[in-house]
Amino acid sequence: MSKVLHSAPRISSDEGVVARLSAALGQRLVSAHEAHGEVILTVTRGEIENVLRTLRDDHEYQQLMEIAGADYPDRAERFEVVYMLLSVTKNHRLLVKVRAAEDTPVPTVTTLWPNAGWLEREVFDMYGVIFDGNPDLRRILTDYGFEGHPFRKDFPLTGYVELRYSIEQERVVYEPVKLNQDLRQFDFMSPWEGAEYVLPGDEKAEAPKP
Amino acid sequence: MSFALEQSPTTGDEVISNYTINFGPQHPAAHGVLRMVMELDGEIIERIDCHVGLLHRGTEKLIEHKTYLQALPYFDRLDYCSPLAMEHSYVLAIEKLLNLEVPLRGQYLRVLFAELTRICNHMLNMGSHVMDVGAMTPNLWLFEIREDCLNFFERASGARMHSAWFRPGGVHQDVPEKLLVDIGEWLDTRLPRLFDDAMSLVIDNRIFKQRNVDIAVVSKEDALAWGFSGPMIRAAGIPWDLRKSQPYDVYDRMDFEIPVGTRSDCYDRFMVRVEEVRQSARIMKQCLAEMPSGPVASDDRKVVPPKRAEMKQSMESLIHHFKLYTEGFHVPAGEVYVATESPKGEFGVYLVSDGSNKPYRCKIRPTAFSHLQAMDFMCKGHMLPDATAILGAIDVVFGECDR
Repeated sequence: MSKVLHSAPRISSDEGVVARLSAALGQRLVSAHEAHGEVILTVTRGEIENVLRTLRDDHEYQQLMEIAGADYPDRAERFEVVYMLLSVTKNHRLLVKVRAAEDTPVPTVTTLWPNAGWLEREVFDMYGVIFDGNPDLRRILTDYGFEGHPFRKDFPLTGYVELRYSIEQERVVYEPVKLNQDLRQFDFMSPWEGAEYVLPGDEKAEAPKP
Repeated sequence: MSFALEQSPTTGDEVISNYTINFGPQHPAAHGVLRMVMELDGEIIERIDCHVGLLHRGTEKLIEHKTYLQALPYFDRLDYCSPLAMEHSYVLAIEKLLNLEVPLRGQYLRVLFAELTRICNHMLNMGSHVMDVGAMTPNLWLFEIREDCLNFFERASGARMHSAWFRPGGVHQDVPEKLLVDIGEWLDTRLPRLFDDAMSLVIDNRIFKQRNVDIAVVSKEDALAWGFSGPMIRAAGIPWDLRKSQPYDVYDRMDFEIPVGTRSDCYDRFMVRVEEVRQSARIMKQCLAEMPSGPVASDDRKVVPPKRAEMKQSMESLIHHFKLYTEGFHVPAGEVYVATESPKGEFGVYLVSDGSNKPYRCKIRPTAFSHLQAMDFMCKGHMLPDATAILGAIDVVFGECDR
C-alpha cells in the first residue's frame, strides 16, 4: 500500500503476519490478503472454531470484539460472517471470514468466547445464518414474533409490516405497510460515469454500443 | 410479575421457590429500554435474561441506503450521550478507505472535542450511577458540568447534542477563537471546582461504598473473554486504552495516563471514570496549548465540499459543491474495521465499500453489547438492588446497544 496519510488508529505492523498465520493454518485457510491496512483471512466454514482456537491459544488473539454479517446475494454462498479479533498483547487486529448460505450452518464459537452468544444471535436475527451449537439461538434485536431477516439485501428498507395503536382493540396491531408515496431512492449517478439506465426523455437515443 | 409460593402445611418449613420478575422495559434504573427477566431466589439473583432491541431502528440498514455524508448524522443518534465519539470512528473508517490526510488543526479539534464528549458522557453516567444507588445532589451538580459541555458543542457546531461536526476529511467548520479561550478558562476554574465538589460527596461516602465495593468482581481472564473494553476492562486491572495503544488523530502527541482498577468491582469502574475525567481535562489543555492554526479540513475537493463563500465566486467550487451534496463522493472498494476509544469502551465501525457512493455494509460494534451480555454472570449471587449498581457501572445507552 502507498504511504499512509490518514489518521485512523495505528496498530502494530502487519508485516509477516499473513505468512506466519498462513503457515499455522495450512489447509484450513482459503485465502489471505492485506488491503487498506487490514489483514483478512478467509477460512473454511467447518473449521472456524478450530481456526479461532488456534489463533486465540497460539497466536495471542485473546479478544473477540465483534461478529459481523454481510450479504452478497450474487454469490452461491451469499453470506459472510466476519470475526474481528484483537490481541491486547501484540496490539494487533485480525479479520477472519467464513462464507455461508441459508442452509449451511456455521459452527458456533461460544465454546471459545462466552460473548459470542449474543453476537451470533445478532447475525442470525439479521441475516438468518444458522450457528450450529449455539445454545440460545433466539432473535435478539427484532421484535417478539418478527418474521424475516431484515438486513438481507432483498429485504425492503420499509419492511413488510407497520405498527399502530388501535383504539378499538386497545392494543398495538400490526398491519401491512401502506405508503402513500413510493419510497424514492435517488442515486444521482451521472450517466457519463456508469449509471446503467435510460435517462427520462432520452429513450429514443441510440443505445450505447457494447 | 409472577409469584409462585408453594403452600406448606405447617409453619416453620415453608418452601420458597424461585420467582421471576420483569425489570423494565420502563424502569428509571434501566438507563433506557432494557427488559431483564430476573429469576430470583428471595432477593438473590439466580439468572438474568436481558431482552434488548426495544430501541432497534435499523440504523445499519438505513446507512446502506444513504451516501457516506448523509449517513453521518445517524452516528450521533447511536450513543446520544457521546455523539462526537460515535462520529469519530465513522469518519476515521472513511478516511482509512480513502487514505485521506486530515490537517493538523482538524485533528487537534477532533481530539479536543472527543475529550469534551468524554467528560460530558461521564458526567451523565456517574450522575446516574450515583443516583441509582441513592444519592441525588451529585447528579444535579454533574449536570451543571454537562450543561457547560453542551453549550460548548452548540458554539462549535450549532447543535447541543447531534452535532454532525466531524466530517470525513476534518471537521465541518472552524471554531471561534473565543470558544477555545472559554474552554481553557472553564477547564482551569469551573470544571475542577464543580467536579471536585461533587466527587467529595461521593467517593468516600459510606453508603456509596457499601453499595459498590466488591459488587460484580470480574477477573482479568473473564474481562478478556467477555470482550470487555473501556473503563470495564481497565477497572479489571488491564491497562488497555485504544487512545494509547492504537493512537488515532493526535493522541500520540498527548501526554496522559491510563487509570486502572485494583479490585475490579463497581466502585473501581466508577473511580476509573473519575480519573478519566481529570485525564481528559489534561488532554484538552494540551490541545489548547499546542493547537496550530491552519485549515480544519482537507482541501481534497473530491471529498470535502468547499466553503459557501468560495462557491459564490468560483465555478469549479460550485460544481464540486453540487456533486458532493447530491451524488456524494465515491469510496474505493475494500473493507476496514476501525475502532476508537469511546467513553464507554471500544466503539468500532466495520465498513464495506463496493466503490460506489453508498456504504455496502456498515456494521457498528456497540460497546454495550458485550458488557450487557455479561450482566447474567456478573449479577449471579448478588442482591436485587445490586443489579442497578452493576448496570450503572456498565454505562449502557440503548441508542447504541440496539442501533
